[in-house]
Amino acid sequence: MSNTAWETLSNQAVGMAGIVYFIALIVHLAEWASLRQPARDRELVAAGADGAAVVAPAEESAGHAQRVAFLGRLGFLLTAIGCAVHFVALLGRGMAADPNRVPWGNMYEFTLSGTFVVALLYVVLYKKLGLAWMGPIVVTFIVATLMVAVIWLHDEVAPLTEALNSPWLVIHVVSAIIATGAFTLGGIASIMYLVRMRAERRARGAERELTGWVARVPQLDALDRLAYRVHAFAFPVWTFAVLITGPIWAHEAWSRYWNWDPKEVWAFITWVVYAGYLHARATAGWKGRKAAMLAIVGLATLWFNFIGINYFSTTSQHSYAAERIVGTVTAPASLVVRF
Amino acid sequence: MSKSEERRPGELTARELARWAWRQVTSMRTALMLLLLLALAAIPGSVIPQEDVDSLAVTRWKSEHPKLTPYYEKLDLFGVYSSPWFSAIYLLLVISLVGCIVPRLLVYYRAMRAQPPAAPRHLTRLPVHTTYLTEASADDVLGRARTLLGKRHRVRPAAEGDDYVAAERGYLREAGNLVFHLSLLIVLAGVGMGGLWGYQGGVILVEGTTFSNNLTQYDDFKPGSLFRQDQMKNFRFSVDKFSVDWLKSGPRAGQAREFQAALTYHVDDGPAKKYDLRVNHPLEIDGTDVFLIGHGYAPVITVRDGEGNVAYTGPTVFLPQDASFLSYGVIKAPTAKPGQIGLDGLFYPTFEMIDGNPVTVFGDDLLPTLSMLAWTGDLGLDTGASQSVYVLDKSKATQVKKKDGKPFRVDLQVGDTVKLPDGLGTVTFDRVDPWIRVQISQTPGKEIALGGVILALIGLCASLFLRPRRVWVRALPAPATTGAGPDDGDAEGTMNGTGGTLVEIAVLDRSGNGEMDEVLAALVQQLQEAAK
Ligand code: HEM
Repeated sequence: MSNTAWETLSNQAVGMAGIVYFIALIVHLAEWASLRQPARDRELVAAGADGAAVVAPAEESAGHAQRVAFLGRLGFLLTAIGCAVHFVALLGRGMAADPNRVPWGNMYEFTLSGTFVVALLYVVLYKKLGLAWMGPIVVTFIVATLMVAVIWLHDEVAPLTEALNSPWLVIHVVSAIIATGAFTLGGIASIMYLVRMRAERRARGAERELTGWVARVPQLDALDRLAYRVHAFAFPVWTFAVLITGPIWAHEAWSRYWNWDPKEVWAFITWVVYAGYLHARATAGWKGRKAAMLAIVGLATLWFNFIGINYFSTTSQHSYAAERIVGTVTAPASLVVRF
Repeated sequence: MSKSEERRPGELTARELARWAWRQVTSMRTALMLLLLLALAAIPGSVIPQEDVDSLAVTRWKSEHPKLTPYYEKLDLFGVYSSPWFSAIYLLLVISLVGCIVPRLLVYYRAMRAQPPAAPRHLTRLPVHTTYLTEASADDVLGRARTLLGKRHRVRPAAEGDDYVAAERGYLREAGNLVFHLSLLIVLAGVGMGGLWGYQGGVILVEGTTFSNNLTQYDDFKPGSLFRQDQMKNFRFSVDKFSVDWLKSGPRAGQAREFQAALTYHVDDGPAKKYDLRVNHPLEIDGTDVFLIGHGYAPVITVRDGEGNVAYTGPTVFLPQDASFLSYGVIKAPTAKPGQIGLDGLFYPTFEMIDGNPVTVFGDDLLPTLSMLAWTGDLGLDTGASQSVYVLDKSKATQVKKKDGKPFRVDLQVGDTVKLPDGLGTVTFDRVDPWIRVQISQTPGKEIALGGVILALIGLCASLFLRPRRVWVRALPAPATTGAGPDDGDAEGTMNGTGGTLVEIAVLDRSGNGEMDEVLAALVQQLQEAAK
């Protein structure tokens, strides 16, 4: 296959994956929508006084539960398929480059990889951590981020800029992307913690039971534990990425292992916030709600760093799209003095 | 009556105050606040240009914001990460850390040597527990539990009359936590060493020239505060050839790749060695690293004065202004007669006129062209004051003009010579040499910092993934009446009223994050399997 054929394949695969994810999203939304029904059924039952009316909804809700379960499984299956197609898109990017390389040459490719890891982790951990309830949120996130990538970040396949051309790219970026994917999943759990907490408070206030999709989200303490487990996995990986491999590579490419470059600053901020999260869980009065809020702050700094900082900062050496490493680094004229 | 008795409620003695303050400083809550404060304090430095990162950007920012600059300077906003307020936060964090870790080391030391605690009287009152009935004798059950738990737990030695086994595991979690926090101090020490004893210098070297590693040869030099000149290693190297590969097609056409500077270097007076200096492949000489961090063009220009003597010749470094390698440079010939000659202007690597505008269409030097203005009179070089080679002092100079009063332009392509008006002399463009910019640095302590982070990571993993817990297994003769206590319904069938043994198991999670029910289920299964 020629390079352009690979690139075309990649572009088509991104489109395909997007469509499959989108269908998965719709299926999940249908699943959520059906979840709302039992509440209405129950109201009907309460309203109807005769016995016949009581029996019918009960039958209906058995079939109904089946339908919800089916939609849930279908959504998961579609997400898994989307994830496979997503992988083809990444493969195509790497194969299209000459010489072949890992698909992490620019922001478009980073975002493609980051969302892929979110999808993959979700699919892989689905059973183990019981993530069925997370489906709609994960898929929404993936679809939205892929859209951002395709619309604003798309870039043609090109050879790596010189500074990126290093084995450390593979190690550093793989770990950073895995950590980003995991933090994202953990962050979703933390967001749902707050959502469920609020829903529970409201339900208690109105003296009714929790219904609809929020009721399917795990109990608060289970959510808290899930969020912790995922974060506890992501944090060491992030440490490895930004505090070990990053500095080693920076030392080779830019001569300083830590330079307080904006990207480094924000990676550090993210690290410190997540360290704060881990502390918060061990501090009386911070477990639960406040810890979840910290996790969300961490997630915000993470994604701001991943995408945002490139648009806010012009001094970052990490501005992947433009060659800044050797191309335009000028001698600091203000410093250059000869006698 | 002593003073303390007169105290009003809430009043503290100095000692109590100190203790109170210490407890505050070393509390988890303070650590958490300081961490968040550190994250917050790091933000300004990512928004405002930093002197250490990009001093050119700082200069530009200052000239664009003359009003704000003095305030920013007062707040150290151009050097956030070495500012007193930023340092204060992390030093407080360090104090808090030490205050937190040292007492915990002692506690840990004692806990390490202690035996697992005896079983509580009522295991079934612990949150995670189970019971089952078995035909095996109590001694058998306990013996089996002892071997089973002994594999991965510390087991409390059996005492006379014990009807239980007590075991504990996961001691390394706390150790990992301590290692992690202590390693942060190692990292800080390593980074600090680099800041104090390290240095960074930069120099631009034209192809064919030689650099000797001493202070006078650097263009810029940033030493740490404890840097001593005798740290400089004795080496020299020459830039034999610089090559670069320009992409001629594809979406990144015009981008340069595969920068490579062939060096010949000598350490002390040792033999000549060769090294291809490339991006991501620094040359390490005895603890000093040499990096390739930039490149550009140095047109070789010869200026002859009005009397025909060579007033200036040689490669002249022009500084790239943007990614197109449009470059700016200055030539000064103060000894020229009858008048001094100064030139400044632009170098176009691949010149083209587009819509009447001169541009460079490519970074490679395919059609090198110079376009400069000429100056004469006093170039400010006679006063002895130092002057940047990249700046032409035009304050006392006069511009060389054509007859019609318009500025005289020196436009040259390789091989051309231009005659300056008024018998000032001639300018010849001989050829173009490439230059490279290298960064030379010593970063002592970098291995210490790296080792510290790696150690921290190991400790972190131990701390996050080890699940410390205590396990107790108690075996009692089963009560004679069936159904007296066991939750395990089908156990009744196996009993046949012959007694048997009632086994109580409880697991206590010490990390707060474990899935103890699974652990318990697995343990029961193993115990029962072992019974068969
Ligand atoms: C330099 C700043 C600090 C950083 C980056 C940091 C980071 C961390 C991280 C990532 C953890 C979670 C991993 C683990 O359980 O070992 C942790 C846990 C812990 N930290 Fe820190 N820490 C810092 C300072 C402190 C200070 C000053 C204290 C004392 C007040 C402290 C006390 C603790 C304790 C007690 C835990 C264990 C929590 C638990 O049982 O889960 N840390 N720290």
